[in-house]
Amino acid sequence: MSIELKNVTKQFGEVPAVHNVSFSVREGELMALLGPSGGGKTTVLRMIAGLEMPTAGDVYIRGRRVNDVPVQQRNIGFVFQNYALFKHMSVAKNIAFGLKIKGWKRADAGSRVAELVKLFGLEDLESRYPHQLSGGQRQRVAIARALAPKPSVLLLDEPFGAVDAKIRQELREWLVTLHHDLNVTTIFVTHDQEEAMEVANRIVIFSRGVLEQVGTPREVYDEPANEFVARFIGAMNVLEPVVHGGVARLGELEFPAAGQADGQKLRIGFRPYSVQISSDLTQHRHHAVLRHTFFLGVLLRVELELPSGLAIRARMTKEDYAHQGLEDGREVSFQIRHYRVLAGETAGLPPEIELRHQALPSIGENI
Amino acid sequence: MSRTSHRHKSQRGAEEPAVVRWLLISIALGFSFVFLLLPLVNVFAQALSRGWACYGNALTQPDSLAAIRLTLLVAAIGVPLNVVFGLAAAWAVAKFEFRGKLLLITLIDLPFSVSPVVAGLMLVVLFGAQGFFGQWLDARDLNIIFGVPGIVLATVFVTFPFVARELIPVMQATGSEQEQAALTLGANGWQTFWHVTLPSVKWGLLYGIILSNARAMGEFGAVSVVSGHITGQTETMPLRVEALYQGATAASTTAAFAVASLLALLALLTLGVKTFLEWKQARAEKLAAGRAHR
Repeated sequence: MSIELKNVTKQFGEVPAVHNVSFSVREGELMALLGPSGGGKTTVLRMIAGLEMPTAGDVYIRGRRVNDVPVQQRNIGFVFQNYALFKHMSVAKNIAFGLKIKGWKRADAGSRVAELVKLFGLEDLESRYPHQLSGGQRQRVAIARALAPKPSVLLLDEPFGAVDAKIRQELREWLVTLHHDLNVTTIFVTHDQEEAMEVANRIVIFSRGVLEQVGTPREVYDEPANEFVARFIGAMNVLEPVVHGGVARLGELEFPAAGQADGQKLRIGFRPYSVQISSDLTQHRHHAVLRHTFFLGVLLRVELELPSGLAIRARMTKEDYAHQGLEDGREVSFQIRHYRVLAGETAGLPPEIELRHQALPSIGENI
Repeated sequence: MSRTSHRHKSQRGAEEPAVVRWLLISIALGFSFVFLLLPLVNVFAQALSRGWACYGNALTQPDSLAAIRLTLLVAAIGVPLNVVFGLAAAWAVAKFEFRGKLLLITLIDLPFSVSPVVAGLMLVVLFGAQGFFGQWLDARDLNIIFGVPGIVLATVFVTFPFVARELIPVMQATGSEQEQAALTLGANGWQTFWHVTLPSVKWGLLYGIILSNARAMGEFGAVSVVSGHITGQTETMPLRVEALYQGATAASTTAAFAVASLLALLALLTLGVKTFLEWKQARAEKLAAGRAHR
């Protein structure tokens, strides 16, 4: 284990920022700490770095308990959200700072800086100052500076937060490549689930200071631990039908509810891709009007409006959409293939229920 | 259409009539000339009115030399003390949240609002023979009032705000992320201060030092109260100027102006350095701002 947190709690005054969090990061992993803002993920990162002290619980780096080890001796590389480059130092001096402090020989430090400058494509920028760099260049300098003294773990706080959307995408791919090449254990904080899904090997999901789930992108998407995770990672339709005579009904939709008391409300959740749409009105039992189509690339998001006024979201591929000759305003038939019964935000989720015994959809499953 | 004529036209609506403009400029320039430039020129004219030899003699009198030495000594002790206090105070205000922070900021400004004579009197009340600590100091043969320590204390008091006042806004604007970055790279507190904090506030700090030094060397009121005016021992340059001027002979008046001319030179030098530092700092801020905008 490269890093391990055991029952870590952090309170700022009376306010608990992180509550009883435990998880571990394996050597060489690229891990995302994901959650809405104020979820406590940056606080967790800063506790690993030693910039914050846990109120309770233990932090281990490579098996050594580091609660009492000051930040200088933890051998971590930290990249701040706004990079915090030393603005009075050139790019080369910024990168060399940690080496100088750690007493590297001048020649060794020089060749290490040259190596990083080359690796990060900063060759012509060595003598520039931070204010003369673009956002992406500043980020590369910040990461090079953090990596220079060969830390055992690289910690990044919202690494893509300060750059615009186009560069973001490039930087994501670049970070994955960099991690692949250097193989240094890396933990980054993000509030963007798409970013976490795309970049990380594994994801730790926080909300309001509590750890909701740890898992690979596929695990947290396909087997969300609770409703919060299910709704935070990817979209989900949530309906509240009322039980009557063993069947929960909302408008035209019906879900089996054997053994449930009459008048009780059931919470039903299903992914947009579980909704199957056909232009053939005899194909499926339910009918709806296709209200809006959103083009997201290969996949489309469509909004259906049922005769009762109920709106549900669905996903389909561009090919399927074109093949069926769909367009806004068309009447379609549809069915919901899988759904889950939800029991509140943080309660555990039961497995998916299949409404019809049919083959699984062949469309892209990760979105 | 040329740029200048365009600008002229666009501004005409809000512009004052030419007469008013010229009147205001004349008043400002005339006032500066009569009250600022003329006295300054006069100081040098008077100092040199009996020739360079006389000027040199006036400055190399043992008592004048003693006054120059004392002034330099007081500044050499007082300014570094204020650099240390100023840095500590600015650091505390800019980087920490604590009870009594507003009180501290108000206290830093106190010397600006207190008359220097009152400041001197406070020291006499505290450390004088009949003062609060008088007996205690007397028993240990420590002499503060009418001695160099008193002059240094008075000088430190009146110059206290200069360094802190300059540093607080600079440190607040810089924040503490760069320092935290230095810590994560292995730097200890001292290394962080030396390599990161100090370079980022250096222009502001130098500016504060220059102003503090000018005030330390030129202070009259507070020093006058605590010095005791012992010629050759506790007379600083401003006090020496006054003593010579009171001498009322033509020679001593010229000598007074000779010593005064040194203080005037210091003032000019301070102005020059101050302008340079302001330019440097404005440039650094512009660069920092450009960075934030991008």
